[in-house]
Amino acid sequence: MALPPLQDLIACPHCDTLHAAATLPDGATASCQRCHAVLQTARAGAMVNVVSLAVAAFVLMIAAISFPFMDLNAQGNHNATSVFSAITAFNTGMAVPLAVAVAMFIIILPLTRLVAIIYAIGPLARGVTPRPLARQAFGLAETLRPWAMAEIFMVGVTVALIKVAGLASVTLGPAFWAFAGLVIVTIVKDQIMNRYAIWEALDKATQARA
Amino acid sequence: MGSIGQSHASTGLITAREAGLVACRRCGQVHALGTQNCTRCHGALQSRDAQSLQKVWAWLIAGIVLFIPANIYPMLLTNTLIERSDSTIIGGVVELIHYKSYGIALIVFVASIMIPIGKFIAIAYLAISVQQQSILNMHQRHKLYDFVEFIGRWSMIDVFVVAILSALVQLNTIASINPGIAALSFALSVIFTMFSAQSFDPRLIWDADRKNR
Repeated sequence: MALPPLQDLIACPHCDTLHAAATLPDGATASCQRCHAVLQTARAGAMVNVVSLAVAAFVLMIAAISFPFMDLNAQGNHNATSVFSAITAFNTGMAVPLAVAVAMFIIILPLTRLVAIIYAIGPLARGVTPRPLARQAFGLAETLRPWAMAEIFMVGVTVALIKVAGLASVTLGPAFWAFAGLVIVTIVKDQIMNRYAIWEALDKATQARA
Repeated sequence: MGSIGQSHASTGLITAREAGLVACRRCGQVHALGTQNCTRCHGALQSRDAQSLQKVWAWLIAGIVLFIPANIYPMLLTNTLIERSDSTIIGGVVELIHYKSYGIALIVFVASIMIPIGKFIAIAYLAISVQQQSILNMHQRHKLYDFVEFIGRWSMIDVFVVAILSALVQLNTIASINPGIAALSFALSVIFTMFSAQSFDPRLIWDADRKNR
């Protein structure tokens, strides 16, 4: 049995079934015939959208870290907290590893991921040669995907607000809204971002210039 | 997108391994068997991860062990003018019910109790079903795998709640909230089970099914 050249084949990462890659019409999605996992999507302008959403998310992230997140007020005592000060507040014993974990999940890993995506896909969106370490950067962004937990943090914030409501009054700061925006932008970005399409585009862009 | 070859009569589909090829799980690129690194994304290539199940079980057991102190010891240490109280995960849920926040109580209960326990059972089931006959067919098991991978990270909600509360509620003598030891063991339990789910090679589900025919 003669196989087409390897570049024209795609194997489903979930069940290993071989398929011949096809050029899809715009808006179409190709799924694995056996396990129905999505293999390819074709969206005109997807790269530009992904990069612009990543830049928007980056700006919102900076705002969400630096501005006050919430202000707690109980009988004249009050405590304004930014995400950054929340993390640095844990400096005793047991709380330190927890603070490190929270800092990783809601700031460091999401920011690293955004920078890696902008670095890797930015040139693709502009139609120029990919940067030298573009593949490594996008690989890193893919590895970090499950560990960037900004949207989960947002649900945590809601639960914390309800819990504290009986104890004191809470005012939401600008960072809260920046974070809420960030969550929405991140979800939309991950929805339109198709990893196989990006790998293929990185491949083609590099070969075209080689 | 068409399928390649007709060697497998019942489905008309063949796997990369059957065609003497190895596929990259990260980007889908296909290579000749024996290639070490993907030419497209530079990721390591393995036709099947031979140690997959070992890793799955190791991380899973670590996750289950840490889940025990996470439920026994207090998650939140609350000091107010009147009283000092420690609450466990379940205690926090009961407290929310007491305040009539039923929706939030349900979210915390699902995220901190149902998802972790469900995940332990689901991962153990998937790992066992690779070696034995299973009552769920391969499509159902594949859906279960996708669901477990997607849902696992949401267990972190309670850890974030503790982190936010302890940062926010620091009003000197009036009230202060600090994280308990359970917060750390719960966070580690979630992290370890995420590693466990990631170590599982879903291609094993489909391979086991082929051998049984």
